[in-house]
Amino acid sequence: MSEIILEARHINKCFHDPVTVQVLRDITFTVDKGEFVSVIGKSGCGKSTLLYILSTMDTDYEGELLIDKELMTNKREIELARIRNEKIGFVFQFHYLLNEFTVLQNVMLPGLKLKKLPQEEVEHRAMERLKMLGIDHLASKIAYKISGGEKQRVAIARALINDPHIVMGDEPTGNLDIRNSEMVFDIFKELAEVHNQTLLIVTHDQSFAERTQRIIEMEDGRIISG
Amino acid sequence: MNFRLIVHIARTLLLARVGQTLVAAIGVTFSIAMFITLLSFMTGLNDMLDSLILNRTPHVRLYNEIKPSENQPVNMAPEFKDSYNFIYSVKASTSRQEIYNSGPIMQAVKTDDRVLGVAPKIMAQVFFNEGTLDITGSIHGIDVEAESNLFFFQDYVTTGKAMDAKNVANSIILGKGLADILLAEVGDVVQVTTAQGERFPLKVVGFFQSGIQEIDRVQSYASIGTVQKLLGKSNSYITDIQVKLKDVNMAPAVAKEYAQLFQIDAEDIQTANSQFETGSNIRTLISYSVGITLLVVAGFGIYNILNMMIYEKMDSIAILKATGFSGRDVNRIFLVIALSIGFFGGMTGLLVGFIFSSIIDQIPFNTDALPTVKTYPINYSAAFYFIGSTFSLVTTYLAGFFPARKASKVDPVEIIRGK
Repeated sequence: MSEIILEARHINKCFHDPVTVQVLRDITFTVDKGEFVSVIGKSGCGKSTLLYILSTMDTDYEGELLIDKELMTNKREIELARIRNEKIGFVFQFHYLLNEFTVLQNVMLPGLKLKKLPQEEVEHRAMERLKMLGIDHLASKIAYKISGGEKQRVAIARALINDPHIVMGDEPTGNLDIRNSEMVFDIFKELAEVHNQTLLIVTHDQSFAERTQRIIEMEDGRIISG
Repeated sequence: MNFRLIVHIARTLLLARVGQTLVAAIGVTFSIAMFITLLSFMTGLNDMLDSLILNRTPHVRLYNEIKPSENQPVNMAPEFKDSYNFIYSVKASTSRQEIYNSGPIMQAVKTDDRVLGVAPKIMAQVFFNEGTLDITGSIHGIDVEAESNLFFFQDYVTTGKAMDAKNVANSIILGKGLADILLAEVGDVVQVTTAQGERFPLKVVGFFQSGIQEIDRVQSYASIGTVQKLLGKSNSYITDIQVKLKDVNMAPAVAKEYAQLFQIDAEDIQTANSQFETGSNIRTLISYSVGITLLVVAGFGIYNILNMMIYEKMDSIAILKATGFSGRDVNRIFLVIALSIGFFGGMTGLLVGFIFSSIIDQIPFNTDALPTVKTYPINYSAAFYFIGSTFSLVTTYLAGFFPARKASKVDPVEIIRGK
């Protein structure tokens, strides 16, 4: 039996504005170390909402969330920020780089924040990750001057800087053309297979999901399969 | 926690929008510069106006006031001790303005630790005779050296030399206004008639200008010896002893003490010139309130710009939070942004303020009323610079406080979802 990285226990969530709507109903599942999991479902089925809860950014829910066997529920904001920093890497649909910084600085920031390694070491690791993704030549460019596909790869490099337990993606290919989508998928696949990286990707791209190791399908706030 | 990283992020955010940052910083610079300039100039003027009077006024003046005796003889007679005495038509005695034992008193005062110096003085009322006209005036007999040392007498002698009043026998330094009336030039001889009817010729060796026209029209100065001769008194005759203290605030206490000790009338500077204190206090108050208003306005400018910046940087804040920066870190980033605008804007403001004051200091300012002043007066007190820099930091901190708090409360989910 492999190690459990992420566990959700009976998670319920309601939106109260303007009327109370239950978006997640009794979500219970686990993700093991090294698994490449995709969450699919139609728009509005609650898959993004679930991801934000799993990512600890959204704390307004009922139920329990464990990351690395540690209970996240009811932790203070500052502790959650530290856990996000250390144990979770993010890739969003709209790349979300800091436009004022260079590509290298963008990748380094979470590492500097964690402060486990000296700056030179963080820089070295950042370059390593950029190289791995084939974008080391962009290191000194300002973030808003590079293309969309490149931005997404930078975001992946940033997600990996602190060797997170799990990388979460919210439609990471949703905004990319087929070629770039393929490239991003190949990166994820390589991460999962070669580096044994745990990945949890929310997507509505059926072909993307089909090629992952495990598919969790959602409908109306419930997990219907996976 | 990780201060260097926070400063690094704040700096990058600031430099990414140089224009906006400059506008905010220039607001602070301008207000601090104006604050410094205004206060330096106002205080310079204040000091000058005060010194007009206060420099030349003794801190404590010892004299004999002409007044009726409080102890009429009948009250002192033992046989009428138990009766109630009605005395009509009490008059001041023909008395003596002279200070008894002036020599020993001056000796005693000089040895007092609190005293900076002592200058004797005689006041004589005279008529200046110009043709058929008699013009009233007063001659102050002074110890020229002591008067120059303690009360800057030489500064106000605009023509001729102060020391000539002592060195030339039977000489006089006329007030400028009086000299104009008498049509007297330096080297002329003016006729003076004393209250006793004696007539004296005095040689004009200089003019003095106090800056107060009224004084210049009636007052003149001569050496103590000359005035003693004028009045036909001995060389121990003195009507005033002027005392300058090391600390002007001690004056009321010292005056009280001397009045008792020497059985004499003593007046302190605060009582004599209370209106000046009030005037300069209010002027200072006005300058401070204008200066602080400028800073507060600049503070609102920073507040606005930071607020705008936060709306612009919502995405950046969200991503910082998503990658593990806590609300407190974000809060600090924006406070550092605000404070560095305040710090650099303020520093430049101090410099610009100093330059402005130096420029004002060079502008010619010639007026008949103020013979010693050639350019606009400036007070370069370090206190203004200290207040200015402290205040620029405090206002920018307050201006940054609320936007920073708002930034720290940004919910990353809302931003990321909203896209």
